[in-house]
Amino acid sequence: MCGLLPRVLQLRSSFKMATALRFPANVSTFNNYNDLHPDWTQREVSTGTTIMAVEFDGGVVIGADSRTTTGAYIANRVTDKLTPIHERIFCCRSGSAADTQAIADAVTYQLGFHSIELDEAPLVQTAASLFRDMCYRYREELMAGIIVAGWDRRRGGQVYTVPVGGMMTRQPVSVGGSGSSYIYGYVDSNYRTGMSKEECLKFTAEALTLAMERDGSSGGVVRLAVISEQGVERQAILGNQLPKFSTV
Amino acid sequence: MSEEMFPEPEWLSEEVKTGTTIIAVTFDGGVVLGSDSRVSAGESVVNRVMNKLSPLHDKIYCALSGSAADAQTIAEIVNYQLDVHSIEVEDDPLVCSAATLVKNISYKYKEELSAHLIVAGWDRKKGGQVYATLSGLLTRQPFAIGGSGSFYINGFVDAEYRKNMTKRECQEFVVNALTLAMGRDGSSGGVAYVVTIDKDGAEEKCVLGNELPKFFDQ
Repeated sequence: MCGLLPRVLQLRSSFKMATALRFPANVSTFNNYNDLHPDWTQREVSTGTTIMAVEFDGGVVIGADSRTTTGAYIANRVTDKLTPIHERIFCCRSGSAADTQAIADAVTYQLGFHSIELDEAPLVQTAASLFRDMCYRYREELMAGIIVAGWDRRRGGQVYTVPVGGMMTRQPVSVGGSGSSYIYGYVDSNYRTGMSKEECLKFTAEALTLAMERDGSSGGVVRLAVISEQGVERQAILGNQLPKFSTV
Repeated sequence: MSEEMFPEPEWLSEEVKTGTTIIAVTFDGGVVLGSDSRVSAGESVVNRVMNKLSPLHDKIYCALSGSAADAQTIAEIVNYQLDVHSIEVEDDPLVCSAATLVKNISYKYKEELSAHLIVAGWDRKKGGQVYATLSGLLTRQPFAIGGSGSFYINGFVDAEYRKNMTKRECQEFVVNALTLAMGRDGSSGGVAYVVTIDKDGAEEKCVLGNELPKFFDQ
């Protein structure tokens, strides 16, 4: 029993690392682990991440990086963090990979059932509420930051953010995950209302690239999706095709 | 009984920190330094108009972040050491010398101190220079950001910085970066102090809250 407690505490501290927004000013840590026990055997699998969603007139653009880490080991470098919940509703996952996958599966089931009962396509707000209910009820056990985005006939393109803790709010543009701290300034300065679909795609790709360059837990390729009345278009921007910045 | 009814305010026991945003950028012919003005002790703001840009010499300034006491002390000590050095060499000191003095103190006492200073200035040999001295390293960079608020503007400065900006563009860049960071970081705020250093000297400016640029705020 004693042997389990330090492991639980270690897991708890690794939870915090995945979605921490602030770190000390002098960040330069070295691993002190015994070489016989590699880092990744003692760490939770987490999508330390950058995710982003932007509304435009007629739909939404969502984007995410593709790195899943277990401590210092990259468990999956081509992860798909943009998970379909319904035909025109997606969620972007950040935080613990296990937690977010489980929540997404549960909400997909609930939303599918609800949609059959209603006999029409569900609202994005409904999907977001389902996420919020689960994230709030089990807030002590979960570590999940989710952005829900999609298109419905009543309100068009919408983005709802459900961060760690279980609040829900609608925003025209939302960023999340550990890499998001680095791009708040960029998003605040570059977002304008009334952008077109192409401008939104460019804006998202550039913001994600900047975050991936600075955050060790984000990287790989940029996955984008556009959700509108016509359906869903997905694309991936590979490493050598990412936008270039002079200092990056 | 009275201690329970009126508990001691938290800020009496919290260390005073300049949780901060500081930035320094070179342009052709000099440097521009900028900082916010908030000093916090826990959740209290103990000084909302502190100037964190401290002169080390006529044309060399440093920007303070981290623990307020540590940073101010380092700046005062280096100011004294630079004065002595410049008398000995009978010339204006190099920015590199100032940065090295700061680095020496930061590195030697790295376990006890928690302050990060950015040193920037102009000298005749290399023009405008910016040095970062985070926890005892010394590196020259085209621009440097520091403090708790700097995390939020990493993406912005990476995207917006261009080489060979003019003095005006640099000043705008610095004010924009500070405004964005102050908008997102709870430990940064107040007014923006901007110092421009070139071969003619140092010019200090204060941009008040209502004069700061407005960005998307939701």
